[in-house]
Amino acid sequence: MSAPVQKSKEKVALQAVTGNRLRDGAVIFRTRAGAWSTQLVDTETASNEIAAAQLLAAAEQDAKNAIVVGPYLFAVSDQSGELQAVTLRERIRAAGPTVIEAGIAAVQHI
Amino acid sequence: MPLLKNGRVSEDAWQKVPDDAPAPSYGPVILSLARWQAERQNFLGRNAAIGVHLKNTDDVAALQPDLDRIGLIVLDFPKYTDGRAYSQARILRERLGYTGELRASGNVLLDQLLIMQRAGFDAFVIDRPDAEQAWRKAQRAFNVFYQPTGDGRATIPELRRHLLHRAAQ
Amino acid sequence: MYRYDEFDQSFVDQRVTQFRDQVSRRLAGELSEDEFKPLRLTNGLYLQLHAYMLRVAVPYGTLTAQQLRQLAHIARRYDRGWGHFTTRQNIQFNWIKLDEAPDVLAALAKVQMHALQTSGNVIRNTTADHFAGVARDEIEDPRIWCEIIRQWSSLHPEFSFLPRKFKIAVTGAPNDRAAVKVHDIGLRMHRNAQGEIGFEVIVGGGLGRTPIIGKTIRKFLPKQDLLSYLEAILRVYNEFGRRDNIYKARIKILVHEIGVEEMSRRVEEEWQTLRDGRLQLPADAIEFITKQFAPPHYPERPERVPALEALRLEDRDFARWLRTNVAPHRVPGYGIVTLSLKKGDVAPGDASAEQMEAIADLAEKFGFSEIRVSHEQNLILPHAALADLPKLWPALKVLGLDTANSNQITDIIACPGLDYCALANARSIPVAQRIMARFNELAQVHEIGELKIKISGCINACGHHHVGHIGILGVDKNGEEFYQITLGGHAGEDATLGSIIGPAVASDQIVEAVENLVGTYLDLRQEGERFLDTYRRVGNALFKERLYAAA
Repeated sequence: MSAPVQKSKEKVALQAVTGNRLRDGAVIFRTRAGAWSTQLVDTETASNEIAAAQLLAAAEQDAKNAIVVGPYLFAVSDQSGELQAVTLRERIRAAGPTVIEAGIAAVQHI
Repeated sequence: MPLLKNGRVSEDAWQKVPDDAPAPSYGPVILSLARWQAERQNFLGRNAAIGVHLKNTDDVAALQPDLDRIGLIVLDFPKYTDGRAYSQARILRERLGYTGELRASGNVLLDQLLIMQRAGFDAFVIDRPDAEQAWRKAQRAFNVFYQPTGDGRATIPELRRHLLHRAAQ
Repeated sequence: MYRYDEFDQSFVDQRVTQFRDQVSRRLAGELSEDEFKPLRLTNGLYLQLHAYMLRVAVPYGTLTAQQLRQLAHIARRYDRGWGHFTTRQNIQFNWIKLDEAPDVLAALAKVQMHALQTSGNVIRNTTADHFAGVARDEIEDPRIWCEIIRQWSSLHPEFSFLPRKFKIAVTGAPNDRAAVKVHDIGLRMHRNAQGEIGFEVIVGGGLGRTPIIGKTIRKFLPKQDLLSYLEAILRVYNEFGRRDNIYKARIKILVHEIGVEEMSRRVEEEWQTLRDGRLQLPADAIEFITKQFAPPHYPERPERVPALEALRLEDRDFARWLRTNVAPHRVPGYGIVTLSLKKGDVAPGDASAEQMEAIADLAEKFGFSEIRVSHEQNLILPHAALADLPKLWPALKVLGLDTANSNQITDIIACPGLDYCALANARSIPVAQRIMARFNELAQVHEIGELKIKISGCINACGHHHVGHIGILGVDKNGEEFYQITLGGHAGEDATLGSIIGPAVASDQIVEAVENLVGTYLDLRQEGERFLDTYRRVGNALFKERLYAAA
């Protein structure tokens, strides 16, 4: 997975790193403390290419240590006050399926 | 590169000769198919074993006339996901009757040892400290198999028929 | 129903043990993801958007009541209480944990099931038609051959790393409900001039990025030669299939590039070296498998049932349900009953653990303990006595499985889409649900008649949109969900691929678009014409004109 292209002169979108937890496949985000959380709220963000590359490299080390699978950078925004994913795909990853499941209710937000 | 053969890891006695290098005066050598085809007579004249390293796009039938003179064939897995050499191996063993060493090289994973052996490989270029243990594990993983290959095992359908015939007697 | 013998059981048990070892090495970091991925995939375990998804094989779509109960147990114990039935007759669990996956496989092995080769570049689950063994037009039960192929293809040492996935389907009837022409290999059973039953071999069909109808490479193959011939095809594919580009790696591309004649020649040449070998099927081996698919003993049940006639007159919903959801059975007095998983409240094809258990009970009571999974993501009771229908139907109502819409507009096929799938560009389930909500009046549904809508969330076409009468393909246009519409696709023996009708429509217009297309059909149709018939008669132009004029 590749990060969205940043145009350096414009307002730079923030990036964060996500992946799936190895043990149970849960969607996780790399936190400011260098750990992994299922919530977006403590996620570490990078506002330039160098910081993003460092963040991804740290995540890839965690992949080698059998914590996370397939980490990648994705665009986030804090314009609404709280951190949110930008693309529909990542919003669904963060919040869960937009449909009601036959077993339990899912989050409907779109 | 260490070699796993007959369940043991050892150093390789064979020498790979690049296409543009002169052949050593003695010792078993591994040649590319092109070199073998170009200098066949010379190498047959040497008093040492001949090995050929095929690409996985080579036609194995090209070796057919000389299979009884070739002591080693090396087949290639450029990436473990590229399974062409499994077919090459089976054709060499089962159709062409090759009985020399058949070696798997390239991106060879420990979890593929069993199916490679079933396809006809008896040696593996693999640089892992746990190779011998992986070989033993692979041998014990299954004792029932559905497909006939040249590996000498009876298949499940064959065992089934055997039991049915015995019961009918 | 095929029952495992000790050999089959040993095989799955050993497979579980092997996988358990591989998982623990992965969790301990001894295997990298790159090394583990093919091992995980070959046991049907995908990493999707939210979790690991396990795709369990349901060979030729046939389940016993006991097996269905075990699937319910797995849904409850290891997942979130539900499962999804797929377009290849399998079942998927979407919330599996890697560290519990070996236990799930062990639970499956206990009831003679597995998740082997439901993923990866291997030979996948061989599918048949869901009316196998009970359809009136059947020449021979194709499941016999699916089982023979299943065993031959399980952990095949030569074909475990093919260029790409490989899908085989078998039809035992002239009316092809297995869609054999859009599979990598399609096998059509038929009689030759001497009256012998054998296979027409069709190669290189498929959907996805480049949809193609398969080509016949052999008109008649005798039964005993089936496995040796398949081995020849797979070997040619393994050797010559492209490996440079995953979108050009299916056998359909090879057939397209070298031509059907050359393909046939290469296969025949390879086959000559295999046909007299150990893969030849002796009569007693065929008999061993055939016996297991002997039909159940059918107690004589009446064809004319007063209680059923009375209920039909009295209850219009029951009458409709009889019309669409009960198909004629080979045996007089019986019917093939479709249990609709298309109520619209949850995703098409989804069933809760409670529903699965209740269906298992109903199968025991009303159907010799057998259930089928259809390609249309519904479940089927293949041996229901007509006389039992007045009792069965109310039981289905209670469970929400009584929707009288089989093959109608709301019997929609939809892939999981962007709500679940890592490959998707757009969501498909909400689109299906919105269409179902719009057409929630049964009277209108029946008025419209046979209309197959198929929705895919990306070009991989798991929703089979290319062969939908109305096909809908989700695409991403600048981060927004848009939907491309195709018309006139059909999956049967007269298979055709749908043609694109025009530019993709926005998400908030897709339901209106479907309404518009239905309206055009209703205006133009002649006596007895289904949507597909009207479309084939008048073509794209009128539909397109009306659709985009309204926009």
